Amino acid sequence: MQRQVALIKQSLFDQGYLDEQFVELEELQDDANPNFVEEVSTLYFKDSARLINSIDQALKRGSFDFNRLDSYMHQFKGSSTSIGASKVKTECTMFREYCRVGNAEG
Amino acid sequence: MAGEIPNLAESKLTALVVDDNLVNQMMHHKLLDRLGIRNDVVCNGQEAVDAHCSGRNYDLILMDMEMPIMNGIQATKRLREMGIESKIAGVTTRAEEEERKEFMEAGLNDFQEKPLTISKLVSILHNLDFYVQT
Repeated sequence: MQRQVALIKQSLFDQGYLDEQFVELEELQDDANPNFVEEVSTLYFKDSARLINSIDQALKRGSFDFNRLDSYMHQFKGSSTSIGASKVKTECTMFREYCRVGNAEG
Repeated sequence: MAGEIPNLAESKLTALVVDDNLVNQMMHHKLLDRLGIRNDVVCNGQEAVDAHCSGRNYDLILMDMEMPIMNGIQATKRLREMGIESKIAGVTTRAEEEERKEFMEAGLNDFQEKPLTISKLVSILHNLDFYVQT
């Protein structure tokens, strides 16, 4: 089971989903805090789900408030950067660029 | 990361994390904990100012730049106006020259680009004379 987890994790690194920041998270886990990675990851997923939902609602409303969308994206990018979610971070950057130039199609 | 993680518990340093992002709050709190530095966490610049108004004081403040209600630049200026002499380290993903300069000029003692890591935090502590690397 541990080997399977190790393989999955390695694959996430290889595919560029995770970067070296995730290793920092693992460094912070120790006997005093044995579930740190799990706790941060859980918080990240909860927070991200909330943000994605807000973004979805904003887009559904049809009027593109780029400032608001950019603000959500800033939060999402911030969390993703801290946890090492590299691909998500890249997508956020792109999304923010679209917001900056007012590109609704993007 | 090679090398030992220093333990600064004996130095009884205290710190304040100022960041609106929950994941960052958790990360920065843990990073400081790991180095043996007791720390509080607040969500924006206004809360940081309020904490000081209520009499709390810290050796080190880790200040994010972009926050609602009161951002890092405004909060840093305000704290300095209040006469707060704590060391303030700006931490932000925004690293463009102009913005960095504006943030430093608000009254920072040091600056680090996010994401924060153990070695970046040790670097801040070293730059601010809290820790001498052997």
